[in-house]
Amino acid sequence: MKYYEALGIEPRLALDLDALKKRFYELSREWHPDRFSRASASEQQKALDKTAVLNDAFRTLKEPVSRAEYFLEESGIPPSKNPPPELLEEMFELNEALEELRGTGFSLSSESDRLKPVPPQLIEAQKKYGKMLDEVAEQLDTLFKQHDEHRERAALQEIRGILDRRRYVANLMRDVEKELNVHVSN
Amino acid sequence: MSTFQIDFGGGVPASKIVGIDLGTTNSLVAVMDLTGPRILSGIVPSVVSVTDSGEVVAGSEAREMLLTHPERSVYSVKRLMGRGVDDIQEELKLFPFRVAPDKGVLKLEIGGKTMTPPEVSAHVLLKLKRDAEEALGAPVTQAVITVPAYFNDAQRQATKDAGRIAGLEVLRLVNEPTAAALAYGLDKRKQGVVAVYDLGGGTFDISILRLHDGIFEVMATNGDTHLGGDDIDNLLLRVALEDIQTEWGEDISSKPDAVQILRRAVIKAKEELSFVPQAAIDFSYGGRRYQREIPLDVYNKLIEPIVERTLGPCRECIKDAKVKVEDIDEVVLVGGSTRIPLVRSAVERLFRAKPHTELNPDEVVALGAAVQAGILSGDVQDQLLLDVTPLSLGIETMGGLVSKLIHRNSTIPASATEQFTTAVDGQRNVLIHVLQGERELVKDCRSLARFDLKDIAPQPAGAARIEVRFLIDANGILSVTAADLRTGKEHSVEVKPSYGLTDQQVEAMILESFDKAEDDFKERQVREARVEADTILSATDKARKNHEALATLSEEERAAIDRAVNELLVVYHCDDHLLIRAKIDQLNEATQRLAETIMNTAVAGMLRGTKL
Repeated sequence: MKYYEALGIEPRLALDLDALKKRFYELSREWHPDRFSRASASEQQKALDKTAVLNDAFRTLKEPVSRAEYFLEESGIPPSKNPPPELLEEMFELNEALEELRGTGFSLSSESDRLKPVPPQLIEAQKKYGKMLDEVAEQLDTLFKQHDEHRERAALQEIRGILDRRRYVANLMRDVEKELNVHVSN
Repeated sequence: MSTFQIDFGGGVPASKIVGIDLGTTNSLVAVMDLTGPRILSGIVPSVVSVTDSGEVVAGSEAREMLLTHPERSVYSVKRLMGRGVDDIQEELKLFPFRVAPDKGVLKLEIGGKTMTPPEVSAHVLLKLKRDAEEALGAPVTQAVITVPAYFNDAQRQATKDAGRIAGLEVLRLVNEPTAAALAYGLDKRKQGVVAVYDLGGGTFDISILRLHDGIFEVMATNGDTHLGGDDIDNLLLRVALEDIQTEWGEDISSKPDAVQILRRAVIKAKEELSFVPQAAIDFSYGGRRYQREIPLDVYNKLIEPIVERTLGPCRECIKDAKVKVEDIDEVVLVGGSTRIPLVRSAVERLFRAKPHTELNPDEVVALGAAVQAGILSGDVQDQLLLDVTPLSLGIETMGGLVSKLIHRNSTIPASATEQFTTAVDGQRNVLIHVLQGERELVKDCRSLARFDLKDIAPQPAGAARIEVRFLIDANGILSVTAADLRTGKEHSVEVKPSYGLTDQQVEAMILESFDKAEDDFKERQVREARVEADTILSATDKARKNHEALATLSEEERAAIDRAVNELLVVYHCDDHLLIRAKIDQLNEATQRLAETIMNTAVAGMLRGTKL
């Protein structure tokens, strides 16, 4: 797998983030184009290509989710296109609730509404999906270790299922947060 | 042949790479010294004028001409870099740019000449280059130039073009806030999270960086390339013009010289208000005088919406950097507009920290550019900048949608590959439209270029496999390569930049410099080559006296050294420095093993020495 090779590490799902970072910075110091500004054109190109892949690799591997997605893709297990059935109900309900809120004209981005209390259903939804995402992260963590130990394809299939589910939960969360505008830190 | 140089000393100092802050209002050039970065000469106003005799001048002289001959002068041209005729309509309402009626590339009319924005900038760069050469007493040919972090591909390319037109090899474009962090970061703090708030004459940037052991890693950046002190000037100018119309019963806004004089009076009042609680706009024109006192609180009320506009990008940036406000250890202020008390208090409130202002906010970017120049030349070790791309890069897909390939805030260099195929039997080419921006629809993003993948072998629809690689380099500039996966053949990619100049156009614009610096430069290169030749010749001479080491070489190796020495002596007095260098390299190579042997013996001797 190209990205693992770029960082010179074994293809594993569970990675020690600190070790990964250290490796990335070491290789960056060695290969960054800044170090080759007076080298020949071909050496400059090589440094550019190498760091581009190195950066792509680090960006992908440092996050457990993108790492797993990459790992599955490389193992010939693409993500499923259909939403997980158990989440369908959830999605409909949330969309309805959001519609309703919009219908009342409530918006946290408007100055006057910001003074009103935030609708409790939004806070609840945010909590709920946050918890679901935390659970997913834990499940992935466990499965990563399992996979690395036994290298079974079944584990990868299971990871795929969780990733599919996570993607939809993340979308739900995004919709809620958009409404909540939570990141506006006043 | 570094061993040889360590052994016998006498490396040749390479010519200096300068760091340039090419600002909207003012520009500066700096260089890295043994003690640190140093500003080379005074501030150069980013103003260009054409004199009555048709000579192009830049800097202070041009700024004076702006008052006397506004129609022959241009300022704030940075706002137009990398932009098309269609998307500067808003600027035209606020700035006295006179756009030439050319189709296609945007050109300005200045005193009977037409110039593209990169050409105008090139004149400012040329002025900086000459100032630097004078200060250094040596030619300057290579530079690091800073750009707003939020500049897109076309704006960056235009800046690079400006450098080339001015006769400078632009080794790197560095983002302004990152440069500022480099200037501040020198031996200051080993670890931590730093926010750089950069409000300049025409652009606003916010960057959040993590520092660790000399690595400056940008985590996120955001900004607005059309927001700065200029906007405050224009606002005050509008208020004053209305006021004057009421008082004098005359609209002077159509008189360019009057407007420029008033503009300067307004800027003076603005600058004073950064230090005193009350200032006056004092303006005289055509024998009449207008005076208006502006108390600080009135001024603050006026400019509040402009200051407010910087806060949205700050919040976005904090979010994208995945940090909390309380994680940010330090805030650094950059750009002249951060002297404004309201700006300072807004920053303090948002980041809940007292911002750093030790370095002159006008100079800090140029100083940082010089540090980056030092990194490139190898003078500065242990420091490394990992910057990001400010905007997502994507391609147009079905239905006018943009498919993102490289997301914003990705560390650069960054790349992405995408496979393309044909839709119709026998299709010979595929058109790819590259865009930059965060929105989902093509019409809301900025068109960067269209690429035509040509000469695809005729085959059934969907059979072709063409892999296209998009690469953003360390300057934040995109390049594209394509390969046919079935044949493994590199594919031709024809780039049509949506806004910008072709290589040929830039080539044609290169300022013919009858500058004697150029001749000096050639002479200097020859001189340098000869100095280097002297060094290696005398080192070789010395080495050949080491009979013990010489004996380890074969007959051929010794003959090769003799030959290389003779050939170097033959070309020594010619005036082609490349030829001399080639022969130096040849001698270097021939003596490599001899040098190694001597080196090893010397090291072995030293080791024995320590043991005894």
